[in-house]
Amino acid sequence: MTGPRTLLDRLWGDHEILRRDDGVSLLWVDRHLVHEGSHHAFAKIAERGVPVAEPGLTIGVADHYVPTRGRPTDAAVARMIDTLMRNTAAHGITCFGLDDPRQGIVHVMGPEQGLTLPGLLINCGDSHTSTHGAFGTLAFGIGATEVAHVLATQTIWQSKPKSMRITVTGRLGPGVGAKDLALAWIAKLGADGARGHAIEYAGPAVRALSMEGRMTLCNLSIEGGGRFGMVAPDATTLAYVEGRPFAPKGDDWDDAQARWQTLPSDPDAAFDRDVTLDAAEIAPIVTWGTSPEDALPVTATIPDPAEFTGGKADRMRAALDYMGLTSGRPLAEVPIDQVFIGSCTNARIEDLRAAAAVLSGRRAKVPGLVSPGSHLVKQQAEAEGLDRIFTEAGLDWVGSGCSMCVAMNGDTVAPGKRCASTTNRNFRGRQGRGARTHLMSPAMVAAAAVTGHLTDARPLLEGRPME
Amino acid sequence: MTGWTRHEGTALALDLENVDTDQLIPARFMSTPRAEGYGNFLLHDLRHDADGTPTEDFHLNRHPDATVLVARRNFGSGSSREAAVYALVDFGFRAVIAPSFGDIFASNAVNNGLLPARIGEDAADALIRRLDGTTASASIDLAAGTVTVADQTVPFDLTPAWQEKLVNGWDDIDLTQKHAAEMQAFRTRRAAEQPWAVPHD
Repeated sequence: MTGPRTLLDRLWGDHEILRRDDGVSLLWVDRHLVHEGSHHAFAKIAERGVPVAEPGLTIGVADHYVPTRGRPTDAAVARMIDTLMRNTAAHGITCFGLDDPRQGIVHVMGPEQGLTLPGLLINCGDSHTSTHGAFGTLAFGIGATEVAHVLATQTIWQSKPKSMRITVTGRLGPGVGAKDLALAWIAKLGADGARGHAIEYAGPAVRALSMEGRMTLCNLSIEGGGRFGMVAPDATTLAYVEGRPFAPKGDDWDDAQARWQTLPSDPDAAFDRDVTLDAAEIAPIVTWGTSPEDALPVTATIPDPAEFTGGKADRMRAALDYMGLTSGRPLAEVPIDQVFIGSCTNARIEDLRAAAAVLSGRRAKVPGLVSPGSHLVKQQAEAEGLDRIFTEAGLDWVGSGCSMCVAMNGDTVAPGKRCASTTNRNFRGRQGRGARTHLMSPAMVAAAAVTGHLTDARPLLEGRPME
Repeated sequence: MTGWTRHEGTALALDLENVDTDQLIPARFMSTPRAEGYGNFLLHDLRHDADGTPTEDFHLNRHPDATVLVARRNFGSGSSREAAVYALVDFGFRAVIAPSFGDIFASNAVNNGLLPARIGEDAADALIRRLDGTTASASIDLAAGTVTVADQTVPFDLTPAWQEKLVNGWDDIDLTQKHAAEMQAFRTRRAAEQPWAVPHD
């Protein structure tokens, strides 16, 4: 291929083994991450009697079902974790189980261990695999049949998506972060706004984000319908990756980083779709409904379905009914029952620091759970004294895992209860049957904890040290 | 997986946008082995009340014979859980007709012989109004790319590669293994050019 190329073009070209006449490519997979949910796929390859093609490129971690307090007590939870450990051991796959100091949420653990590197192709049977795109990585979530295929062949068939660039100009204001940026574009373009596209995030406001912020942004790509979200690697990326346990060392590091510097899109490369947002216009955002597109600045009022028509109005009415909200009332008056800080979206050290900046020296008016993204994040937070800030505020400081984001491990929100949450999905029943979820940033969840209702975090951050 | 080209069955509408995978199958059912069947889990919390009794006014409960589901935009958005497709297939569905689908859901559907057929918003609206809580005869012609509900025939969009896969019932692992030599050559070249791309602790 000649002419200007995008990051997507380069990553695709680097992994394409062949392309069929119908345009579908066979791609090489550099890293395959498996978790408890991969049991269907292991069962499929067992049924066929085929081995795992590349156990050395496959890494397991327990996260979806991991209890955040002590050992598994529920038989189904224990069985899911045991099954993962047995399957990985049987195929010679390294797996970070409950007692491994490297255990954590798969999309926190991968980058933290240096398993996630620029220029790689990463698959995992989880839709938030787009997180790893923050490193300039072709990373996408796959279903069980595809997981079985990657286990058996270390390759995946995929049609090249269209390219979409989301450019964010200017600077995010104080107290406004990657979560707000992500929810802002999803509200603008819809929960299927990036369907069929690979997103590249660009512009000064994206460049200014830390790797943690970029991971949050790429993580939420799927909530806007994008299976892929990417940020081109730069000095911030290299500084994060260097020295991580599985990152290249010595001469390999020099070779690798020289290659990574050739990955960014050419300045004149064309995208199938171009969208621009002004960072200065983005305020702290909360969701009010049951889709991530149902997002508004916390300073807004609850929307009125009567101002919309057709399926959209019907869906809004159903969402407001489920959420127990009344149109026209200020969002900042909505009382909450509990908070959750955690998940692959917002449980990295920077997220915990942002929440702690609000909570320091204050008491939470509602109960809540703080679940760090990994054992290592937990250790780091404890070394910084963040755990004490949370517990002195009255919140529970627990172990790492997917926890109350996907509610598979026993951490659930009770029916009808309203939770301010740093997670990624406000779907009906996501945090437990009948649970009402409001998505927002870690600082905003902390602010809601302090006041007991949805709250603009910015005034609570005044005069306080921020990242 | 068995291929198919024509289907004669029964259509039912689900008059909802953004039917996400958490609604298609709540997470708490996903530790169940597939052999036990996932049909009962389909849209579980929408079609059962809090104590597990099926709700009479949810159309799906009155029409267990439905095989073609018509819905609104962004069907199957959300997680990569293939269990969402298992629930539809085990209930008896062969096709979902909607203006758009979550990307991962759509590829999972094709991998399980379930057709994710895209039609325009207006066409979906017309079919949903036509069905209005009842069922109608439905026929699908994969080769022609059409779905007929009662007397209305609508063309649908489907990637040619997916159409071929559904028709032939292809299994990707078998197909891929035919390319073993190219895969091996690629692996060797990649290991030589980017040795650091392989993880070393």
